[in-house]
Amino acid sequence: MARTAEKRRFAFSNLSSKRETSLVIFILVLILGVTLRSPRFFSLANFHDILLDSAIVAIASIGQMMVVMTGGIDLSVGSGLALSGMLVGLVYKGGLGLNPFLALLLGGLIGLVLGSINSVLVVKGKIPPIIATLGTMSIYRGLIFLASKGQWVSAHEMPSYFIRLARGTVLGIPNLIFIAGLLYIIFYYFLSHTKTGREVYAVGGNLQAAMVAGINTDKINYIVYSATGFLYGLCGVLWVSRFASAQPDTATGFEFSTVTAIVLGGVSVSGGTGRVTGVLLGAVLSSMIENALNVTQTNPFWKLAIQGIVILIAVAMDQIVRRRKKTKVVREQ
Amino acid sequence: MMKKRLLVVGILLLTLVMAFPAYAQDFTIAMVVKGAGNPFFEACRRGGEEAAAELGFNFIFQAPATPTSEGQIELIDALIAQQVDAILVSANDPDALVPVLRRAMDRGITVVAFDSGVAPAGRHLFLNQADMELIGRMQVQMIAEMIDYEGEIAILSATSTMANQNVWISWMLQELTKPEYEKMELVGIVYGDDLREKSYNEALGLFRSRPNLRGIISPTTVGLAATARAIEDQGLSGKVALTGLGLPSEMAEYIRNGTSEAIALWNPIDLGYVSSYMAHAMLTGAIKGEAGEIVNVGRMGEREIVADGSGGLEVLLGAPFVFDINNIDEWADVY
Repeated sequence: MARTAEKRRFAFSNLSSKRETSLVIFILVLILGVTLRSPRFFSLANFHDILLDSAIVAIASIGQMMVVMTGGIDLSVGSGLALSGMLVGLVYKGGLGLNPFLALLLGGLIGLVLGSINSVLVVKGKIPPIIATLGTMSIYRGLIFLASKGQWVSAHEMPSYFIRLARGTVLGIPNLIFIAGLLYIIFYYFLSHTKTGREVYAVGGNLQAAMVAGINTDKINYIVYSATGFLYGLCGVLWVSRFASAQPDTATGFEFSTVTAIVLGGVSVSGGTGRVTGVLLGAVLSSMIENALNVTQTNPFWKLAIQGIVILIAVAMDQIVRRRKKTKVVREQ
Repeated sequence: MMKKRLLVVGILLLTLVMAFPAYAQDFTIAMVVKGAGNPFFEACRRGGEEAAAELGFNFIFQAPATPTSEGQIELIDALIAQQVDAILVSANDPDALVPVLRRAMDRGITVVAFDSGVAPAGRHLFLNQADMELIGRMQVQMIAEMIDYEGEIAILSATSTMANQNVWISWMLQELTKPEYEKMELVGIVYGDDLREKSYNEALGLFRSRPNLRGIISPTTVGLAATARAIEDQGLSGKVALTGLGLPSEMAEYIRNGTSEAIALWNPIDLGYVSSYMAHAMLTGAIKGEAGEIVNVGRMGEREIVADGSGGLEVLLGAPFVFDINNIDEWADVY
């Protein structure tokens, strides 16, 4: 009995020291602060916009999180997203009336191929992930120019049912948020409750130990890069539908948005730790910061700097909270 | 001895004969644009190729992968090394390109700026798409018509350093001081950086912070299309009017369904075509690049070189073209 109580207390203190708790507090403080400055920020419609805006980056960030957890990084996220989106856009431009959900699947499969190429370079080619994906980042971007001949696919060249994909709802929930939610549930289950999912953590935590323990590290690498590709492939289709346009420079630098989301979400850049719940909050927070700067009509020349400062504060606050907690625990002992 | 001399003279003559036509005809003219994969510049390229076919020069098209001055400087450096005869450039920044273009001019390369100009020190001539003043004022007139000269308006531009957008905006502000606009108020200028996601979010920010907003002017094609999409997503079609400068292909959807009544743009094919003719006329010596000279610009007729008001010389292309529901179908597939 005493043991379970102790266990429970441990679980509780573990929860309160979680990254998510400090993130939620930070988000609430941010909402309060911005609302005081600009009351219009605090409205259902605006929070709806923020969630919609964060959906795509949230989906791609699941992949980036898994890659970073294994000690790697995927810099080809933006290019791969744009290439998948452009190819699907070109299918529509070519006059093929694809069902939007098949289009989503097609984009995912294209992404899967791109991600697999990354995984082969990393596993078979033994190229450090940052270099391998730096290379494919440029290659994928180049392929977009080749495929599109530098042209855009414009709204009038896409069927209206495809443009409505990003605008539609399922059970009253916008499609984008619904798809993101579904993927978060799937990957939450995968990472927390399956053997392979736990192995992803093991590989990033301590590669040598994982190998000694008999984990097939190559298999894990294949899985995380391919899954990332699949996810950004989906994102590409959603992006093109949302903005009703595919252009060769779509999502340039988008990989950094995913890195921002995962760092805010408490994923350690040296690998081993991270949770999808944190990443989801990180993605929402970064969209919220941008939205808040726009709604408060902040001077455009300050926006980028403020965005950076807020991100640093969020991470620093978390570090301070955690250090306090740690010393407290030590004292109690 | 005699034979040797003959041989030498013969070789010299032969070299001259072979070299001369190459010198006289094979001019190489390179076009450097703001960024790759922009249909606007692809249309400029088509105009350049059209002029190349008519005049018989080699045409090179170059674009940095992302729209930065750094990327353009690298490309221009490479073109100087290749010893091209002329460079046509649409600059990402009016001042950043001046040093590298000066170097090009020192090496005898003719520099003609078009679309987005460089400071006069960095070019021989500038092809102005239309009077900057006219373009700026025209957009205010268009939005005013749409909102019956009453209500709040905002401007959603590209980046805050883009030369042409900034000049147009300054003329918009001038136009707005006229008495007929006294019931209109400009409540914000925001920058979408020509990125779709950022432009879209900036538009949302305007809707939220200014619930009484009645119109948006976006003098850039990415900003214009992203704003149109945002207006539709928010169910504001008919409540917030939209106009600006954009590609008819990008805006066709939104003009057809009424989200934007009308937009304006000059013809980028003509931009590429005329700037190529100007550079070619400089190379052949048909013009020296002085004020008052008349330059022949092929199918577009003739244009006069005039002072641009900032110490440089320019040629005006003509008034921008207005696209609306009546003509969008014929232009949507052109550019």
